[in-house]
Amino acid sequence: MTSTKPTAAEETASESAPAAALHTGISDPRTLIMRNLRQSGIYVAFVAIIALFAVLTDGVLLSPGNITNIVLQYSYILVLAIGMVIVIIAGHIDLSVGSVVALTGAVSAVLVIQQDYPWWAGMVAAVAVGVAVGAWHGFWVAYVGIPAFIVTLAGMLLFRGLTLQVLDNISLSPFPSEYQKVANGFLNGLIGGQGYDAFTLLIAAIAVGGYAVFGFRTRLARIRYQQPVESFPLFVTKVLLVGAVVMYFAWQLAHARGLPIVLIILAVLVLAYGLVTQRTVFGRQVYAIGGNLSAAMLSGVKVKKVNFWIFVNMGFLAGVAGVIYSSRANGAQPAAGNMFELDAIAAAFIGGAAVAGGVGTVQGAVVGGLIMAVMSNGMQLMGVDQSTQSVVKGLVLLVAVAFDIYNKRRAGATR
Amino acid sequence: MDDAILEMRGITKRFPGVTALQDVSITVQRGEIHAICGENGAGKSTLMKVLSGVYPTGSYEGEIIFDGQPVHFNGIRDSEHVGIVIIHQELALVPYLSIAENIFLGNERKGASSLIDWHRTNAEAGKLLESVGLAENPVTPVIQLGVGKQQLVEIAKALSKEVRLLILDEPTAALNDIDSAHLLGLLRKLKERGITCIMISHKLNEITAIADSTTVIRDGKTVETLDMRAGDVTQERIIRGMVGRDLESFYPDRVSSPGEEVLRIEDWTVRHPVQDRNVVEGANINVRAGEVVGIAGLMGAGRTELAMSVFGRSYGRDISGRIFMHGKEVKARNVAEAIDNGIAYATEDRKRYGLNLIADVARNISAAALGKLSRAGWVNGNEEIKVAEQKRRDMNIKTPTVMSVVGQLSGGNQQKVVLSKWLLTDPDVLILDEPTRGIDVGAKYEIYTIINKLVADGKAVIVISSELPELLGICDRIYTLSAGRITGEVPVAEATQENLMALMTKEKELAA
Repeated sequence: MTSTKPTAAEETASESAPAAALHTGISDPRTLIMRNLRQSGIYVAFVAIIALFAVLTDGVLLSPGNITNIVLQYSYILVLAIGMVIVIIAGHIDLSVGSVVALTGAVSAVLVIQQDYPWWAGMVAAVAVGVAVGAWHGFWVAYVGIPAFIVTLAGMLLFRGLTLQVLDNISLSPFPSEYQKVANGFLNGLIGGQGYDAFTLLIAAIAVGGYAVFGFRTRLARIRYQQPVESFPLFVTKVLLVGAVVMYFAWQLAHARGLPIVLIILAVLVLAYGLVTQRTVFGRQVYAIGGNLSAAMLSGVKVKKVNFWIFVNMGFLAGVAGVIYSSRANGAQPAAGNMFELDAIAAAFIGGAAVAGGVGTVQGAVVGGLIMAVMSNGMQLMGVDQSTQSVVKGLVLLVAVAFDIYNKRRAGATR
Repeated sequence: MDDAILEMRGITKRFPGVTALQDVSITVQRGEIHAICGENGAGKSTLMKVLSGVYPTGSYEGEIIFDGQPVHFNGIRDSEHVGIVIIHQELALVPYLSIAENIFLGNERKGASSLIDWHRTNAEAGKLLESVGLAENPVTPVIQLGVGKQQLVEIAKALSKEVRLLILDEPTAALNDIDSAHLLGLLRKLKERGITCIMISHKLNEITAIADSTTVIRDGKTVETLDMRAGDVTQERIIRGMVGRDLESFYPDRVSSPGEEVLRIEDWTVRHPVQDRNVVEGANINVRAGEVVGIAGLMGAGRTELAMSVFGRSYGRDISGRIFMHGKEVKARNVAEAIDNGIAYATEDRKRYGLNLIADVARNISAAALGKLSRAGWVNGNEEIKVAEQKRRDMNIKTPTVMSVVGQLSGGNQQKVVLSKWLLTDPDVLILDEPTRGIDVGAKYEIYTIINKLVADGKAVIVISSELPELLGICDRIYTLSAGRITGEVPVAEATQENLMALMTKEKELAA
């Protein structure tokens, strides 16, 4: 895998793009790693933590049943982290999402369990309430100009209180079985299999194939525009590596209970929001606002509007998380969602978001959330008590942000 | 008489890419009021920062001798320790603390138990207020005072530190006539008490009235020190010193052939966002296709405010007046509408208002024109990088790749990124606010060349600049702005630095 050419810019235009795609690009791993240390650091840490706990738990961590568990247990935090990182990139914060998860779950439970509405009506109502809450926050932050910290701190109290009122201080349960499927359901045996679920493997294979095709097309487009790409062998290695990880993961799932429905929801959200943040005008404007508010304003970004929709979106995702959580808990409790906001914020920061705004990615936040999930799960398997878990998580957050600041200083950023 | 309290010898201060001060020497006599004059960016403030220790010893060359002793300051505290106190143009008072608390901030009057002795604090503050002629209760919060009174509190604060050399940076810039007169009277009284003053000012009438000597700085070099005591130094004489350099040949040649009018602003009036005054008053300007129009004005004249208020009302309140593009009235109520109407504004402060320093070159260049690079809200990232590459080549932006972070580029290259960003919006009129501030001579030439190319392509360009030679070198026509009013409109053929400077400082006659 030795280098062919240093950059694609030196590529002659006469070469046809597909041909060029096979033998051009950067393969010096140092260049590739240094180019995106902030991002790659998090993946390295993720792998290291998985390896560490796999060893410490004698491999139980990676057993089929446990992998399924990790996905189920932390799905709602990951959903919140997706919204939270967008809020944080724009330079805000949202402290209310835990309360909103509780409120949306409570509304859903009251409708479905108490009032006998169909299961889907509860879900729609929960998401609608989440959107309304987001609009409420967005109004105060964007149009009145109150810092998000204050608005959402107020929201945290406000919506916790409303949760108690909606539930009349009691827990409601159980949901009908359809409702429970969101967080606890699996797609299994749709096309059969011998002791494993062929459908899960098929979906995973399609996903890997899609990833490879998408990656190759992006690569072609980049070469057509004469941009640097990694060398072809490296590209293939990357695809094979990702494919192997995904297929291993799917293999494990297929040998447990099949494909969790919530994993499908998560995958769709991660993909959609990854694209929204990186490839839409809205996404660009979020980064612009967080990077330099005044410059964004003077570039014609309608800052108020963007801020408003950022919070509406956070509310929407909090509603989705509310549905997933209430489904998993099979009911609604007054204290549901406590401290979820802190987990979501921690996930975003561990995933490389900058405290001052302007930096961060959805993928990073999800990996940040998974790091916390693996750590919690690993420590639970080891029988570490709750208090120690909290200490470790706190330290990891601190180290992650310290690393971020160290990085920034070394890069000589002027802010 | 030769009793110097301060001598600065051969001061040279370099910033990356720019030499701000070059071999500057200045001698201040004991007990005099010494004025320092120069255009914006001449290096006055840098010199005072060197003197007060903001730039620590070792970060500049040359020596400072205070009271016969060489001194080496590592911070403001060191210089204050020997009695040098600087009062900056932007006052450094804490708004919600009382006058007395502000006066003794960092220098608290403590009692035996090392708690603050409030009686002593307020009593001493009262005496200091009396000595500066401010009839206010020492416990009044500073925020309740006007700018003029706050200025006096700053002076009282300086007096509390047993000041021997008081430096005032543009002390009257934000004051009205009465407050200015009071302040100047106070400076005379301080002089009688033996306190030496250095005063940086643009207001030449004040300098001729009050200063004992005047040092003129130009392009980071001392030009001359004038003895003002005889009273024969006129404002014209000082102006000659301030602008006296020759027009060097670093302005590229251009054939000018203005066409149709592109932008016209009528009766434009803007109020200060918080203060109760008009920053721009009844301004009428226009610019034609293929024409470079300059706006000359001293600091605080309202240049940036005029430009930003036109650019989608980004500054001020209660804006009145009309904007015409190509003879048709347009509404530009926000920046997006201004951009849509073909107006672009490149800010004077690119780091604060122009760039997202933590984002890459491509994203900065595309920031104002994402609509052109996207379909149904989806940005074509490859197209974005392609046009950024194109701009990088056209503008000769020196950066490893367009994916490099903008914060790491030099000032000149950052400025080219800002220009690229606005060119991408394909504007009809570009307002360039101090387009060459803080960039080196070579990059300046490139910027001028770019401006020439723009007007050759039929764009209209408005250049706001503090550097008169620059305006004379690149403009077809120059408006002068003074205290928010257009005080003159001079074709470049008739313009000289002297007559422009006279128009830029003639606020008194017009305001009266």
